Amino acid sequence: MATSDTVTRPAVRVNRPSGRGRRATALTVGAILALMTIFPLLWMVTSSFKGADEVLSTNLLPHKATLSNYTYVFTQVPFARYLLNSLIVSVVVTVVALWFHSMAAYALARLRFPGRDTLFLLIFSTLLVTAPVILVPLFLIVHTLGLLDTYAGLIIPAIFNAFGIFLLRQFYLSIPSELEDAAIVDGCSYWQIYWRVILPLSKPVFAALAVLFFLANWNAFLWPLIATNSQDLNVVQLGIASFQQEHANNWNYTLAASTIAAIPTLGLFALFQRRIVESIKTSGFK
Amino acid sequence: MTAVAQAPAGAPSTTSGRRPTSRRRREALAAMLFLAPDMLGLLLFLGIPMVACLVLGFFQVDGFGGYKWIGLGNYERMFADPLFLHSLRTTLLYLVILIPGLFVVSLALALLVRQRFPLVGLVRSMLFAPNVVSLVVVALVWKFMLTDQIGVIDRILGFFGVTAPSWLGTPKWAVGSILVVTIWFAMGYYMLIFLAGLQDIPREYYEVAKLDGAGPWQTFRHITWPLLKPTSFFILLTSTVSMMTGGLDLLYVLTSGGPANSTTLIIYYIYQQAFVYGEFGYASAIGAFLVVILLIWSAALFALTRGGRFGDGDK
Repeated sequence: MATSDTVTRPAVRVNRPSGRGRRATALTVGAILALMTIFPLLWMVTSSFKGADEVLSTNLLPHKATLSNYTYVFTQVPFARYLLNSLIVSVVVTVVALWFHSMAAYALARLRFPGRDTLFLLIFSTLLVTAPVILVPLFLIVHTLGLLDTYAGLIIPAIFNAFGIFLLRQFYLSIPSELEDAAIVDGCSYWQIYWRVILPLSKPVFAALAVLFFLANWNAFLWPLIATNSQDLNVVQLGIASFQQEHANNWNYTLAASTIAAIPTLGLFALFQRRIVESIKTSGFK
Repeated sequence: MTAVAQAPAGAPSTTSGRRPTSRRRREALAAMLFLAPDMLGLLLFLGIPMVACLVLGFFQVDGFGGYKWIGLGNYERMFADPLFLHSLRTTLLYLVILIPGLFVVSLALALLVRQRFPLVGLVRSMLFAPNVVSLVVVALVWKFMLTDQIGVIDRILGFFGVTAPSWLGTPKWAVGSILVVTIWFAMGYYMLIFLAGLQDIPREYYEVAKLDGAGPWQTFRHITWPLLKPTSFFILLTSTVSMMTGGLDLLYVLTSGGPANSTTLIIYYIYQQAFVYGEFGYASAIGAFLVVILLIWSAALFALTRGGRFGDGDK
């Protein structure tokens, strides 16, 4: 397989047999798999524009595209309210979490105090605790605090997770100390250093984390299911799940509702995919 | 978290001796204030629940009122409860298929999209896309596609003359459907982690292998696989934890644990006991049992692989 090409440019692309054939095969296989993977989502979107008579047809595209399913969803159920609830919860959790986590991470990465490493290990160990396992005690605590069926009960428990602290701490460890030293010489307090030096430097990590936090909260189902009762507090995931139960045979409506719930997540992913991918890769390796 | 409370300064600093005591004290105080909000929240909503889960397992809880100490009663009940034993068996069988399946699929995809070809970025994104959609949407879309006879999957199979079984209506196929949907949903995430591991392997190794005339299989067997072991270890560990304790949304919406409890995995059984039957004590005991299983699995994996290095002197 030593083509003249590889002889002249030996260092490039040797990790895989180069050559057009190889690349064409990889492209073909990749494209087929990618299309198969995306098919269910595509099917959901196109079917949501089909009328009741057409929704079960096997045509990918509707013959007569209609927006009536969307109109129905917004007029017959308080779907706008569900979306608003999800938006409020996701935005508040994201903003507060970034603020709290960046403060904690700053202290863990840049300040010296006794017990710092122990504390970090303790925080890190909570990463092993997965939500469903502690669902019962969490429910009882939130009940005791009188926060069941309130926005606060939806929002506050969702703020705290070690993942964000951990990722931010890793980032802050890599900031050169000259910047802080200069601020200290200028007589800045620790709060001012955090506010004026650390936060402005955090923008790229914040962007990635914000997307991840927003997605996780927008997609959350289990906690809202348990922590809320009243329809006024329904988040969008709860809304579409119960909508489907009530309209079991009207798939055209359910698919329109699902599409609306999915659009913000797919849109954010399209916009921020590089950052999302980077932070997932980082999360895999300490 | 107690470390914060002990933080009052005056304790000897381990590192710099040149900093004046007042400065050190101020630094420790500032650190405590910066840490306070998150530490309080983590304690209240993660730390205490974790401990409470273990404690509650020894109680019988009725509704919200009474807590009655029953010692190991819940644990005795567990092993006499045919539904629990059934769900334990189902979960183990499910994981035995899911974890290797997910591992192989994600690794294969990562090996594919590591190559350079036109539009590779788009292909990666498309393979990852299911992971950004909520599990509720995932469940609904698949429920639609898997509808008996009139769903698109049955129609396509019918086109080829295949009579499809009732996917969500027969126990065996319902578990199979959950498996396929879970792999479809999760593969993109683990693909990305594998991809990061692959990209960490120095390119020179492949150049040398190529000069030595190694074929694709030999290259994989002697370079990629050994050097990918830390990643493989990480994925085996985290995927087991997340697959065993996650996915409740999917089960809830797609099959509601049925038919005939065939998809009542342990995590669903815990939910059911707690929030359908109000058996908080019993549910906590099962939760604690689940944590123990996961700890044993993690410890076993660590021991078998010597902390992910696999102990055979690679690298």
